[in-house]
Amino acid sequence: MAKKRVNHMEYLDGMEKIPSDIMEKVLTTVDQYDYLCYTAKDVETALAKDQLSLHDYGALLSPAALPYLEEMARRGKSKTQKHFGNSISLFTPLYIANYCANECTYCGFKATNKIHRAALSLSEAEKELKAIHETGLEEILILTGESRHLSDVDYIGEVVKLATNYFTTVGIEIYPLNIDEYAYLHQCGADFVSVYQETYNPETYEQVHLWGSKRIFPYRFHAQERALLGGMRGVSFGALLGLDDFRKDAFAAGLHAHLIQQKYPHAEIGFSVPRLRPYINNKENNSKDVHERQLLQVMLAYRLFMPYAGITISTRERAGFRDHVVGLVATKMSAGVNVGVGGHEEEQKGDKQFEISDERTVADIHQMLINKGLQPVYSDYIRL
Amino acid sequence: MNDTLTIGGHTFQSRFILGSGKFSLDLIQAVVENGGAEMITLALRRANVGGAENILDYIPKNVTLLPNTSGARTAEEAVRIARLAREIGCGDFIKVEVINDSKYLLPDNYETVKATEILAKEDFIVMPYMYPDLQVARSLVNAGAAAVMPLGSPIGSNKGLQTKDFIQLLIDEINLPIIVDAGIGRPSQACEAMEMGAAAVMCNTAIATSNDIPTMAKAFKQAIEAGRAAYLAGLGRVLQTAEASSPLTGFLED
Repeated sequence: MAKKRVNHMEYLDGMEKIPSDIMEKVLTTVDQYDYLCYTAKDVETALAKDQLSLHDYGALLSPAALPYLEEMARRGKSKTQKHFGNSISLFTPLYIANYCANECTYCGFKATNKIHRAALSLSEAEKELKAIHETGLEEILILTGESRHLSDVDYIGEVVKLATNYFTTVGIEIYPLNIDEYAYLHQCGADFVSVYQETYNPETYEQVHLWGSKRIFPYRFHAQERALLGGMRGVSFGALLGLDDFRKDAFAAGLHAHLIQQKYPHAEIGFSVPRLRPYINNKENNSKDVHERQLLQVMLAYRLFMPYAGITISTRERAGFRDHVVGLVATKMSAGVNVGVGGHEEEQKGDKQFEISDERTVADIHQMLINKGLQPVYSDYIRL
Repeated sequence: MNDTLTIGGHTFQSRFILGSGKFSLDLIQAVVENGGAEMITLALRRANVGGAENILDYIPKNVTLLPNTSGARTAEEAVRIARLAREIGCGDFIKVEVINDSKYLLPDNYETVKATEILAKEDFIVMPYMYPDLQVARSLVNAGAAAVMPLGSPIGSNKGLQTKDFIQLLIDEINLPIIVDAGIGRPSQACEAMEMGAAAVMCNTAIATSNDIPTMAKAFKQAIEAGRAAYLAGLGRVLQTAEASSPLTGFLED
């Protein structure tokens, strides 16, 4: 596949540029972030504070903080309770298409993978939406692969419109758009946008996104800002932890979210924490591996740095992990998940992006939360 | 003496308004009973009418609903949420909350006044949540508010009456019930607000984050009653300096 590699830092035709210095700030600051320079004392200082500085946040993400994980958890739990009480929001993702026009080395949906591709027709999508709604959920996240051509904005808009007939809250996790396109999907009824930068290290980003529009780093970086300018109410951030140096990537994602919140104070801020798992049977002490311990460290650092931000825990993690992080640090979880295209009502039409580790139904998750003394929340939003 | 609280022509024996968004729905009944609350706030966005875990299904029938407009970022959005609340049968009380800040959740006073004016004209009993500013409170009176709800400190902070002096100005100058809302972290702070002459106290996080929610509700009830009684009885004077036992002016002769 000898496609010409375009400069990943230069916008392609049709990609909207917005005036913003946030990317430059994030990249410069992360470049200077040296997590090895922190000591136990820095961590203790951070843990004694109510409002964390960026320096404190860096300390909590450093290896020096790992011995303090229990204390971080205690403080994290109290912050989570203060801001969210015992509420846990429930939702499910619906993959409406898995066509992809990008070559990303780490992804199961990448264009050259010979998997079963499909897009739901509108009537198929409606059947899926109906079936999901019958499980009691009121929030849905609509996903596509990253093909503008085979899952275009008009198509996504039609599915969003259908979704508003069944759900109070509609989010989208699709390829990055221009402001007018976000505004259009907002008008169709979507209010929340998730875009994950995968890695904030431009060099690694370039190496793993070989071709396709996803290769363009700054266009993806500014997606949340364009979404908010298009009228969306909330945006989510995240790095695919383990793709590059997870400590730097988590630091960058937190800083990115923090700067967006400062510039758009009304925006609801969320985090997701996808990770590449360390290879099984590789228990070597590789400091870059993201085991559950490190994953929890990242989640708690997000919580303590931005106590008001929602944190979602996905079904990629095992039930035992998910059940323990809700209420402690996570505030939102998916339930009744199928990551293939369709598959809730109709037979699955397209292959899955990844395997999930928690197959429980909405009713199962509901009961688990009740047993833990947590409050499942189905509706927490009014579309206005 | 029959000491009651009147808001918008409705009379309440209790001066404890309970927030509901941060603890399990099946505890609401016990918290209402232990706290003796007669009014409970709920975020309309949490109402899942006809669906699972609908907060409206858990609120005892004899309690007055105070739906709030949380989620609204502008006056217009607050007005739409208020109308929706009335449509689904939550009554005429509305707590106006217009918040444009996801970090501190501080209210937008300007939009709050605008929403209050529109809703009061539509015969809502409007209880605006506000940052304690005397000029804004006067505007709220003119806009038709039924009570004014200044914050003690940011929502959920449990930091108590950080805005105490400014709340006192509202209590002294505004001829409407002043209800301290947000920031009350412990019963002693609720008591202090009542001693100052607040008409009522609203509380959620402090109760929701305690280890024994119903018992904490009871503690708040008692603190609010104690503070109210002290206010009615008239607090003893507080002297800024010690009283010298040998008068400093004893040398004067004629």
